[in-house]
Amino acid sequence: MSEITDVAPLAVRAPTRWSALREFWHYFSINRGAVAGLFVFVALILIALLAGVLAPHLPDQQYRDFFIAPPAWLPGGSTEFLLGTDPVGRDILSRLMYGARFSLLIGAVVVSLALLGGITLGLLAGFFRGWVDTAIMRVMDIILAFPSLLLALVMVAILGPGLFNAMLAIALVLQPHFARLTRAAVMVESTREYVISAKVAGAGRLRLMLVTILPNCLAPLIVQATLSFSDAVLGAAALGFLGMGAQPPTAEWGTMLANSRQYILRAWWVVTFPGLAILITVLAINLIGDGLRDAFDPKLKRS
Amino acid sequence: MALLEIRNLSVTFATAAGPFKAVDGVDLDVDAGDVVAIVGESGSGKSVAMLAVMGLLPKTATVTADRLSFAGEDLFALSARRRRQVIGKDMAMIFQEPIASLNPCYTVGFQIGEALKTHLGLDRAARRERSIALLREVGISEPEQRLSAFPHQLSGGMSQRVMIAMAISCRPKLLIADEPTTALDVTIQAQILDLLLKLQVETGMALLLITHSMGVVAETAHRVVVQYAGQQVERQEVHGLFGAPHHPYTVALLDALPDRAKGNRLPAIPGVVPGQGDRPDGCLFNPRCAFATDLCRREVPPVQPPELGQALCHYPRNARQMLAGGATA
Amino acid sequence: MLRYILNRLLLIVPTLIGITICAFAFVRLLPSDPILALAGEHGVSPERYAILQHKFGFDLPLWQQYLRYIWQLLHGDFGISISTQRPVMTEFLILFPATLELSICAIVLAIALGVPAGIFAAIKRGSWVDQTLMGTALVGYSMPIFWWGLLLIIFFSGILGWTPVSGRIAVQYFIKPVTGFMLIDSLVAGNRAAFFSALHYLILPTIVLGTIPLAVIARQTRSAMLEVLGEDYVRTARAKGLSPRRVLGLHAFRNALIPVVTTIGLQVGTLLAGAILTETIFSWPGIGKWMVDSISKRDYAVVQSGLLLIALIVMAVNLLVDVLYAAINPRIRAQ
Repeated sequence: MSEITDVAPLAVRAPTRWSALREFWHYFSINRGAVAGLFVFVALILIALLAGVLAPHLPDQQYRDFFIAPPAWLPGGSTEFLLGTDPVGRDILSRLMYGARFSLLIGAVVVSLALLGGITLGLLAGFFRGWVDTAIMRVMDIILAFPSLLLALVMVAILGPGLFNAMLAIALVLQPHFARLTRAAVMVESTREYVISAKVAGAGRLRLMLVTILPNCLAPLIVQATLSFSDAVLGAAALGFLGMGAQPPTAEWGTMLANSRQYILRAWWVVTFPGLAILITVLAINLIGDGLRDAFDPKLKRS
Repeated sequence: MALLEIRNLSVTFATAAGPFKAVDGVDLDVDAGDVVAIVGESGSGKSVAMLAVMGLLPKTATVTADRLSFAGEDLFALSARRRRQVIGKDMAMIFQEPIASLNPCYTVGFQIGEALKTHLGLDRAARRERSIALLREVGISEPEQRLSAFPHQLSGGMSQRVMIAMAISCRPKLLIADEPTTALDVTIQAQILDLLLKLQVETGMALLLITHSMGVVAETAHRVVVQYAGQQVERQEVHGLFGAPHHPYTVALLDALPDRAKGNRLPAIPGVVPGQGDRPDGCLFNPRCAFATDLCRREVPPVQPPELGQALCHYPRNARQMLAGGATA
Repeated sequence: MLRYILNRLLLIVPTLIGITICAFAFVRLLPSDPILALAGEHGVSPERYAILQHKFGFDLPLWQQYLRYIWQLLHGDFGISISTQRPVMTEFLILFPATLELSICAIVLAIALGVPAGIFAAIKRGSWVDQTLMGTALVGYSMPIFWWGLLLIIFFSGILGWTPVSGRIAVQYFIKPVTGFMLIDSLVAGNRAAFFSALHYLILPTIVLGTIPLAVIARQTRSAMLEVLGEDYVRTARAKGLSPRRVLGLHAFRNALIPVVTTIGLQVGTLLAGAILTETIFSWPGIGKWMVDSISKRDYAVVQSGLLLIALIVMAVNLLVDVLYAAINPRIRAQ
């Protein structure tokens, strides 16, 4: 490699928010997988929003003549039920479309809760240091010492099964990652000149934390939030699968899987499609996460 | 026949923004026992050219040359296996960052012994004995203990001594030293240079020194090549270069030496070496040259005759004096 | 190195205390009365309630209750399962080897495939091989493993009929537990047929449990190798004229191993979380299924101690990984 030449004095014109965004999009869009993931994710949001219009049937509507009807392309299938019906005669495609609402809602709520909690704790720990830091980080260590799914299960056992409690439990389990990241970023940023100059200029503590430091540690948080979104979708589906998440007859994908388990050797489609929906969603979000990480990482930008 | 012969060597990197020519038409002969310096700023392609000779460039680099031979062997024609027998044995190289250049997971003894085992096939006891002798040769005290040291336990200067011991372990015919002192403390720099020169005299190997410091050149080299933006802009014997530099870039480099500076301020060369996107037309040095004319901005300069240091310039400096000298001779 | 390990041990102490507090708090956080919960469906008379309250120490102040709990733990008393009336520790010791056997097979599979895949992808960076391997790894990383297990059952058990659907060994074999590892016990018993049966039953659960660690290890190995391949010492190794195999295997991989070992250690949590799902799908008699069953049976004595024991396992393995990390990292070893 040729040596890197000295960088010319920093760009003369200050980059506007718009141009920074455009540059970011440039790096993000190089990654074809990430763009594909984004495309799928947007499609999922549209499906979730328009489920009432797009879905051919209501999610809870039972068709008593069509128990376990196969998908349309198999013998015995009907175009009325494109992906077949489940053991109680509900249209699988429609349930999957409505189920997208739950998965996206779970992801959004869990990530918001975990972000809020994690950032608050991380800011406090990184900013005040001392015993506040020690206390907070030890608690995070304890949470991380349990396998995440087990802790979520036990939380649900305490709170009672249900979608909302499952979301709370998963948020609690995911939140230490945000706290750790925020703390580390705050500690790095606190020593930078711009923070010191803000301090000298007399900025209050809260302002220093929220307005000066926080925006500069966003990149790793955004990447972690994306990964947590997929963790949340997976975790909620797993809890649903174990009967501790959303309760039937909710059209949540994991719960759908749990209810059709005993039919796996008789009717593969009952099991295959909900899981495929989970996989596609999680994969799309992880693709976006990889793309975001690469776009944020200045080390990789040069190659 | 020279030990190392390079004719019209070019290296092009395939980058995301298109091909980038880091080395452009470099010629060089190094004879046995010669000490040659290649001088230039960061980004002038000195290291890349020598990494190309060693075959150490990544796959994104395309190396072309009319001739690239070492000890009579065409390096392009060699099989990968045969080339590895030459590299590290007859032709060795040391690098700019000695601490990063040693593997943190292995002891000094292992890393030196590895070369001895690969190229000379020495057994364990012989490797140990030879390693101790080598460490002593490069001026490391208590070599027996140092053999079991890990790189993180060594200082920068010590690491570079280990690198040198490793490089000369198989008595190479040519040692390429790529800015061997840049990363070191000033006091250590002189020691390492002295060591290299001492070893060069003792073993009779050729030494090719890559540096950006004219001061280092003055103390060490017999011959000097000045490189700028991948091109060779001047080539001279060392005393000729210091006495009558021909290329304006050489002149500027020499003027930047503290003991040659006129006035209170050190003169700097304005600007930076052009990179991939901002290569000028005509002479590559014209945006930074004090003597540039429209001709320089328009046309690629010719190579001047050897008595003018083969300067790549439309208007070589100190030309009349040289030509006048040539006329009286 | 000894100082480093001691330091680690010291750091663990507060976490250890925190974990016991969590397990202690668990029973007291339940929405229902702990004694009623412990007593189960039948309920208790007021006299019996008072006796039980005194027996479990619920009439003491909280801090005394906690000390009492720790005292019991230190004496190996992890409580009695409500549903089976056996000591929780006894059940744990019977079930844990099944989980351990499955987890070891899964992590061995993950390392055996993930590390070479990562190295290969790094060497062939940007090629179609790299893209295919890393694309597959991302799919594996995104896999809902409970569904993946069901799919494998549909295909290999249902359609092809190659593998059993659930269980640890075919019913006709009874192997006397010695180590609790079915593979080893069957060999100890000299029963080759039983050994192959046990192996047969292990295949699908191993694949399911190994999938996510495999993907994570492959991704981490690749990025660690890429990082290391750009280092100066790799260039030095090549400048010495060493063979590519020696440069990659000895100089590059030895350094890449350090972050990879850490990653492998972090998979223990993933494995135990995955074991909950995998054991449920395959009716594997291990601690994961035990926990799920106990939660649904409201056997809170088991949940409480199981939680504690699993956290202890995770911490013990993390400590082991720290030691291993120090052993392969000369910068720490030499301290």
